[in-house]
Amino acid sequence: MSLLEVKRLEVHYGGIRAVKGIDLEVEEGELVCLIGANGAGKSSTLKAICGLVSRSGSVSYAGTDTAGAPVHELPRKGLVMVPEGRGIFPQLTVAENLAMGAYARNDASVNEDIGRQYDMFPRLKERRAQTAGTLSGGEQQMLAMGRALMARPRLLLLDEPSMGLAPMLVAKIFDIVRDIAKQGVTILLVEQNARMALEIASRGYVMESGAVTLADEAKKLLADPKVREAYLGEEAGA
Amino acid sequence: MKPLIDVRGRPLLLWIGIAAIAVALIALPFVLSMVGTTWVRIANLAVLYVLLALGLNIVVGFAGLLDLGYIAFYAVGAYVYALLASPHFGLHLPFWIILPIGAAVAALFGVLLGAPTLKLRGDYLAIVTLGFGEIVRIFLNNLSQPVNITRGPQGIAQIDPFRIGPLDLSTTDRVLGVVISGPMKYYWLLLAVMVVVILINVRLQNSRIGRAWEAVREDETAARAMGIDTTAVKLLAFAMGASFGGIAGGMFASIQGFISPESFVLVESIMVVAMVVLGGMGNIWGVILGAVLLSFVPEILRWTVAPFQNALFGKQLVEPEVIRMLLFGLALVLVMLFRPAGLLPSSVRQRELAGEEAR
Repeated sequence: MSLLEVKRLEVHYGGIRAVKGIDLEVEEGELVCLIGANGAGKSSTLKAICGLVSRSGSVSYAGTDTAGAPVHELPRKGLVMVPEGRGIFPQLTVAENLAMGAYARNDASVNEDIGRQYDMFPRLKERRAQTAGTLSGGEQQMLAMGRALMARPRLLLLDEPSMGLAPMLVAKIFDIVRDIAKQGVTILLVEQNARMALEIASRGYVMESGAVTLADEAKKLLADPKVREAYLGEEAGA
Repeated sequence: MKPLIDVRGRPLLLWIGIAAIAVALIALPFVLSMVGTTWVRIANLAVLYVLLALGLNIVVGFAGLLDLGYIAFYAVGAYVYALLASPHFGLHLPFWIILPIGAAVAALFGVLLGAPTLKLRGDYLAIVTLGFGEIVRIFLNNLSQPVNITRGPQGIAQIDPFRIGPLDLSTTDRVLGVVISGPMKYYWLLLAVMVVVILINVRLQNSRIGRAWEAVREDETAARAMGIDTTAVKLLAFAMGASFGGIAGGMFASIQGFISPESFVLVESIMVVAMVVLGGMGNIWGVILGAVLLSFVPEILRWTVAPFQNALFGKQLVEPEVIRMLLFGLALVLVMLFRPAGLLPSSVRQRELAGEEAR
């Protein structure tokens, strides 16, 4: 059975159907990406999986339906989301932000884990005593990811980690996402940057105005002429 | 900022300092009663305000929920005490039973206010809490009909003083030739309660709950994503803050011996908020300082403004009451201008304001 199984998921905002009955699955250990243009419903899908917006259809995580489970229970079960726009605590220091990520845990190895995040993100170590609000966009994204890892996730949901970052930083963030996946964390990555996402993912889903229009291995999607034309900015047949 | 005296690694110095402060606080009523028993009463009110400010600081300073109706919990605690220990219903329960009941009822009212306002923030929350404070006061004013519960605007009189065995805290005793007045005894009791409340506050701030409050204050959605049950944490802040208010209210009722809805008007709520803000939101020591200053300064002005005018002009030019509030307002404005995060700001607030300047 898959770690995450989404069936006939719908999200409504008032009278608008933002997500129109999509199915998707993420197997344990996979890095799956969900790509699509602005407004395709990618972020709504992620929020619905976490229960941050009301939904219909079923979402089952690790074999149990998450319907009715309060949002704050999910991190305890290993389902952790890095929200769009990072959602760091701007007035707290980098170290305090990381410690807050371990809130759902009850063990004593929190400090070791903070050390592990510093190894992975040396920049955060340099800035550990600085308040998070004074970090650059890329550093904030790293902090948001480090903080999510502090919860020791089994499934990590990343919402547009490359948003608003300089190209060099984007490449770096994707390297980090790949590293996290290599450590055995299952990842569902939502991205507008389709090429980068497909290059590191094993499988991908393409969303268009609230529906999944293509689902395949990432390599095949990268080669698909329709995807190349619509999302990778290439001419058909080029 | 460096601490005034570095006590790290010098625990002896720290303990000597604490002992000196303790002795000074315990001896204070003897000094004050030389000036007049009124000043001991003022000191008692100041400690009550410290309790209120510490309670409100949990809601406003720790959890970031602006509450402009906080005095309602003080009223609830006071009325619970008055109803259970006065001739009005003929009940005379001992204070150590009533105070916990008062704290619990106030906590219940805290949840009652918190539950419907969970989704509100900032200005909107402030307006609802302001309304809540007024509703409680108006209820107290009108619950004399059809069943006379609160005696309405007449208030409740002849409230029992605290009694511990043969010791009555309202009477004057003579111990070894030293006169110990009622207010002095209450002062020491209040002091003891204050120490307990301060310890609870310090422990709370550095606890898991304290961290959760900090996260909620910063970003509620992110806090939830960290696995914090924001609903429970916010209700807990309201309930804990309210219960401290309830305890202070119960003590107020017994010290005064008489309460009426007039003691719990909006200005009182605003005063407590001013104490928290002036002292330094979120910093326990700052809040205490704010409460002590704002309770003593107006009283000192009350006693100095008239003689000062007489000495300067030979007559009263302006009513002492008017000039007192004028100077008081001026002092508040000056503090906010030169120390916007409060007299003793919390480290996080200090950063917040520094960040705003940098932006």
